[in-house]
Amino acid sequence: MSTRNKTLIAVLLAALPVAMLLALSSGPVAIDLPAAIASGWRSDSSDSVILWQLRLPRAVLALLVGAALGLGGAAMQGMLRNPLAEPALLGVSSGAALAAILVLYYGAAVSGLMLPLLAITGALLAVGSVWLLAGRGASASRLVLAGVAINAFLSALMALALNYAPSMFAMQEIVFWLLGSLANRGWDQVLLALPFIVAGAIMLFLARNYLRALSLGETSAASLGFAGRRYPLLVLFGIAFAVGSSVAVAGTIGFIGLVVPHLMRPLVGQDPGRLLWVSALAGALLLLLADVLVLNTVGTQELRIGAVTAFIGAPFFFWLIVSGRREMSL
Amino acid sequence: MSDVQSLEFNCRDLTLTRNHRRVLEGISCAFRPGELTAVIGPNGAGKSSLLGCLAGIYAADTGQLCIGEREFNRIAAAERAQLCAYLPQQEAPAWSLAAQDLVALGLLPWGRSIDRAAKARRSLLALQQVDAGHLAARPVTQLSGGELRRVQLARLLVGDAPLLIADEPGAALDIRHQLQLMQTFRQQADTGKTVILALHDLGLAARYCDRILLLHNGSLAAQGSAEEVLTPARVGEVYGIHSEFRWRDGRPEFVAGDLL
Repeated sequence: MSTRNKTLIAVLLAALPVAMLLALSSGPVAIDLPAAIASGWRSDSSDSVILWQLRLPRAVLALLVGAALGLGGAAMQGMLRNPLAEPALLGVSSGAALAAILVLYYGAAVSGLMLPLLAITGALLAVGSVWLLAGRGASASRLVLAGVAINAFLSALMALALNYAPSMFAMQEIVFWLLGSLANRGWDQVLLALPFIVAGAIMLFLARNYLRALSLGETSAASLGFAGRRYPLLVLFGIAFAVGSSVAVAGTIGFIGLVVPHLMRPLVGQDPGRLLWVSALAGALLLLLADVLVLNTVGTQELRIGAVTAFIGAPFFFWLIVSGRREMSL
Repeated sequence: MSDVQSLEFNCRDLTLTRNHRRVLEGISCAFRPGELTAVIGPNGAGKSSLLGCLAGIYAADTGQLCIGEREFNRIAAAERAQLCAYLPQQEAPAWSLAAQDLVALGLLPWGRSIDRAAKARRSLLALQQVDAGHLAARPVTQLSGGELRRVQLARLLVGDAPLLIADEPGAALDIRHQLQLMQTFRQQADTGKTVILALHDLGLAARYCDRILLLHNGSLAAQGSAEEVLTPARVGEVYGIHSEFRWRDGRPEFVAGDLL
């Protein structure tokens, strides 16, 4: 890693607390931030409640979800040996989203905790079906095809669910949820997502040398000792845990998993192993900054963070394709 | 560098099916330490399948594969990778790693028992061994086909594994680097390693290799020294060409002639 790249990564690290302060001081109500911090989280002054019960959990959740999405994207690209891969590609996000939609129909009947738990299950089921569809020892291209097929099927189911939505209200709720949002989230959501995201991150870090070996292709990776289904399964489950649980608490937020690993790759000498933690870091930062943007946009409706990331991500995607066509390398 | 272990590699009655097609049929042979063995045969004869089997990439349907005294399949994957280094026919790097970092991937089977500085040092040495030291910092996607192949060869050699298996290692190389490559493998064999190469160039096989395995339609058509295997009658039967095998200045020489 060159000195310049180390400096850039240090800058990213240093930017985190700054972005955190920005996020904590942003919101519809102006609060006295230093006083609220000083009074501690037990204080029941309105400023402290806003800070400790509303803004802080939201910022922490942005960091957590951003890190999970960045990490998931980096792992996915490494596993599929393809810089255009994203967790949404393998149906992880769609699986989680569909499960959540089904829960939203019976919204009144189930407890609030059911939504995230079922979304995680949905992500796992989606990944599981992709795995079964692709078959044993599937090549990356077959895995991508299986992912696209599962994703298409899940989208069809989602369209059906929207079509037969029981009420306009339910339909609106579903659509907003699909856009992704960090609004009105609290410590409950943070605590619910945290263990799953941490578990997913651990699995992916354990698979980092497998991802490195995969730089040479599946055959060479097998000859380097990474044979069998154990390692691909570790990566698939890691992604399902990390991304599925973030979709559960924040809806579907796209493009972080595409853009972040792409921008970070040159900083780590293209090493798919080191890319994991750097992408987690940058994903956290990017989503937090996107949420600062959301919080500072005025309007009667809150801007959905999924829309913001899509506006960052889609042009980036275009640029990738155009520059890839020029270099003939994608 | 680790101690060079000398291991004999034995396969008995190896059979392999790929894509519902029998690609290897009853292959029995031994690869001894200090020997450079060429696996030859026409396209589709099963050379890559045999090498893949030996390297543990494909699991044979039947038959037995032993390294030294131990059954190959019973050895844990990581240890197997330390014993046996393998270079496939085609290996396209997914990311634009620096050449030296790509070579260092060959040390992955050793995990953290080799520290980062030692990995970098050994990678550079391996690159120099294949005349590619000057490429160390270059991104691999910017290398020419031949340069990339040499970097991959360095990746094969960097772990100092007692068993080296390479599938068409010289295919993309110019003639000078092909000769250099064969010399490198010759030296590796002379230090007591077991070296197995799939080759198309019968001239190189005759000149540098101790033993030749001739595959034809998935079966072993012949094995032995170049002189024993590359007889005009057998080459004619398997490849459908005229050929001549002769000795010149004490060196075996194979010359291909016209089509039969």
